[in-house]
Amino acid sequence: MAVTQPKVDAVIVGMGWTGAIMAKELTDAGLSVVALERGPDRDTQPDFAYPKVVDELEGSVHRKFLQSLSQETVTVRHKTGDTAVPYRQMGSFKPGTGVGGAGSHWSGCHFRALPEDFRLRSAVEQRYGRRFIPAEMAIQDYPITYEDLEPHFDHFEYVCGTSGRAGVLNGARQEGGNPFEGSRRRDYPLPPNRNYLGAEWFYRAAREVGYHAYPIPASNASAPYVNPYGCQMGPCNFCGFCSDYGCLNYSKASPNVCILPVLRLRKQFVLRTHAQVLRVNLDRARERATGVTYLDAQGREVEQPADLVVLCAFSLYNVHLMLLSGIGKPYDPIANAGTVGRNYSYQNLNRVVLFFGDDVQANGFIGNGGAGTTIDDLNGKQLDNAKAGFVGGGIIWARQPGAGPVRGITVPPGTPGWGSAWKRAIKESFRHSFYYEVQGACMSYRSHYLDLDPTYKDAFGRPLLRMTFDWHENEIKASQFLVGKALDMCKTLKPKALSGDAKQTGSHYNVTQYQSTHTCGGAIMGADPSSSALNRYLQSWDVPNVFAPGANAFPQNNGYNPTGMVGALTYWAAKAIREQYLKTPGALVQA
Amino acid sequence: MSEPEAESTENAANPLSRRSLVKGLALVPLVAAGLPGCSERSSGTSKSAVAPGERYTPAFFNAEEWAFIVAACDRLIPRDEHGPGAVELGVAEFIDRHMQTPYASGDIWYMLGPFIEASAEFGYQGRLAVRDILRVGLGAIDAHCRSHFDGKSFAALEHARQEALLKSAESGHLQLEGISSQLFFAELLAEVRNGYFSDPVHGGNKGMGSWKMIGYPGMRADYTDWVEIRDRPYPLPPVDLAGRRG
Repeated sequence: MAVTQPKVDAVIVGMGWTGAIMAKELTDAGLSVVALERGPDRDTQPDFAYPKVVDELEGSVHRKFLQSLSQETVTVRHKTGDTAVPYRQMGSFKPGTGVGGAGSHWSGCHFRALPEDFRLRSAVEQRYGRRFIPAEMAIQDYPITYEDLEPHFDHFEYVCGTSGRAGVLNGARQEGGNPFEGSRRRDYPLPPNRNYLGAEWFYRAAREVGYHAYPIPASNASAPYVNPYGCQMGPCNFCGFCSDYGCLNYSKASPNVCILPVLRLRKQFVLRTHAQVLRVNLDRARERATGVTYLDAQGREVEQPADLVVLCAFSLYNVHLMLLSGIGKPYDPIANAGTVGRNYSYQNLNRVVLFFGDDVQANGFIGNGGAGTTIDDLNGKQLDNAKAGFVGGGIIWARQPGAGPVRGITVPPGTPGWGSAWKRAIKESFRHSFYYEVQGACMSYRSHYLDLDPTYKDAFGRPLLRMTFDWHENEIKASQFLVGKALDMCKTLKPKALSGDAKQTGSHYNVTQYQSTHTCGGAIMGADPSSSALNRYLQSWDVPNVFAPGANAFPQNNGYNPTGMVGALTYWAAKAIREQYLKTPGALVQA
Repeated sequence: MSEPEAESTENAANPLSRRSLVKGLALVPLVAAGLPGCSERSSGTSKSAVAPGERYTPAFFNAEEWAFIVAACDRLIPRDEHGPGAVELGVAEFIDRHMQTPYASGDIWYMLGPFIEASAEFGYQGRLAVRDILRVGLGAIDAHCRSHFDGKSFAALEHARQEALLKSAESGHLQLEGISSQLFFAELLAEVRNGYFSDPVHGGNKGMGSWKMIGYPGMRADYTDWVEIRDRPYPLPPVDLAGRRG
């Protein structure tokens, strides 16, 4: 017999950024909230305390702060009709687990989307004609605008102590910021971080080729800071253990540092860790959720009844839970019908490495996850897509989240992987090389989607989520174009060797190499219930007391990191719950 | 990459750098010998594999397997003019200890079947965990050696032949019974590098030898004062998790 817990107003699945934001907002509104987190509890002390946290073997090989794939993973295939196989070892993307989720081991890049990103399909059709968009490309407009989200972008930046420089303030251009950004109501809460060598030289290279370089907005505090919740952050000390690691210094924004200190004191907030949610329970008509069933730390099935269910797991697992629970109609790519699973997209990440002589002190071990320098000259409406030959743009950046030898030392092309020649190369490269990256948009396609795997099961007996994804010609062209532009910039810096990894024509998605944790879509927001799983408030069209904030809501991915957008969307959804839903529970948009 | 011109310019611009580093390396064994848990060894035998000392008794590997691991460590990261080798830094000890951790038995991998073949873009799809990949793989290479080289094990072969075998495994040309030589090689090399570069607390990188070689400050994790300094190399030696200075 399943144990049943007393009913609460809201149950939240997952305690990363979206879960923490929702818990804060819903308890602010007076609701009783139970949050169920599949992993352990984590906090700066003791989990991210120096020196133990900076052990590279634990962090980057044992992947102590990431999700173990032993119990849950996904299967992957390139196209419909192929047999998918499990993502057995962590590679291409790195979901988190535990309190803080991926928000504890992210790097800190904190962008807003561009105004034109919200109406991508309309903008492309308007400028280049309908026929410019390939028939199988499934891009959509967001059902909301930049202006709708602006207050929430702003608030999330202030919660995170984001360090940057405004480019457009109340419509007026500002020196040194991104001249192409959407207008913001006020500047960032903190000024930009200082530049390490590669980021400083990026300005020089950008100037040479006529680009407008600006500091990457980074949620890595450049100075002491107290956020609107009273949570304190300390200045980043460039320790070099950012991506994959929890912050030892209260400098990198995380749910743990920026929101949980407040939540943990609230009586109407209950956090249960090692609580693996198995499904959302629905009523007979499948029109209303009655709560969730989870496995507790002892392995008992526990039912948690609630009036409101908020799915705040990692984007892929939000989609997984919807499919497992029968929330909405699964997407069928052949019939192009159904909504849950459609429009899966990713990020088109490529790297160029610059090698110098030992007079250039690049010092890659000095690191700050989100900070660095970037350009928007090839992103959004700045790029002439007709000329470039693909849909979507991207950014080129200098970033240095911190290098260590266990994480790998990049050596010039053609160097052997072992022996004396390799030793010589790592000695020459380690302190005297740095990299720039191209972070490209990734469009959604009719054939790229998520569903349930027919064969593989997780440790709890549930079908694994199946990902059908490959690089489309559009993204391969974008990769080659943008890497070419990055190499042009790099050449002005006269490195003694240079490598670039633009995608080759005909190459396929490779899950073994880390690219990006920006897995997007699968339960997207839209204006039409026949082509989106969620309405403009991230509310399920089919089961209106279920909300699913996260990158799963993106109809396609732009050239930026998703966290800024994910946080803003979550505040937007929370506002709708507080101001509209709680007054009249039910669908906020009529289908 | 070897561009002789770039090389000479580099040395001319900073004549001290490489030479003084190489000189400095002669001191490594002496410093290391003074540290607790470190083995005594001769610094003169650069050509042959020197076992990392009698004090460490392998618990995961048996004697034959241990001989293979030590020999492979010596080939993959030899002691040379650039810096210390894997054997003297205790990498074999690291691997033996690492194979006894949950990680090596598949703790963070999805290990459920069915196990079907897929193209390389999908990663390793077999059912062996890291420790089994190493054990099965080195056993298969030893078996291959015995049948092709007068009953000799890998460790008993000449260095040149050992290197040729490792290259053949790296490229996947070496055909082994029951395991892909390429898979085995990739995991072996990853483990050797892990041991060479990880904090000494894990058993390898004795005396922070590899960190000193490449100029990694180790676990300092605070570079506030050096972010914007461009005109001289980072000056401080490494520290490890235990707070020792290299």
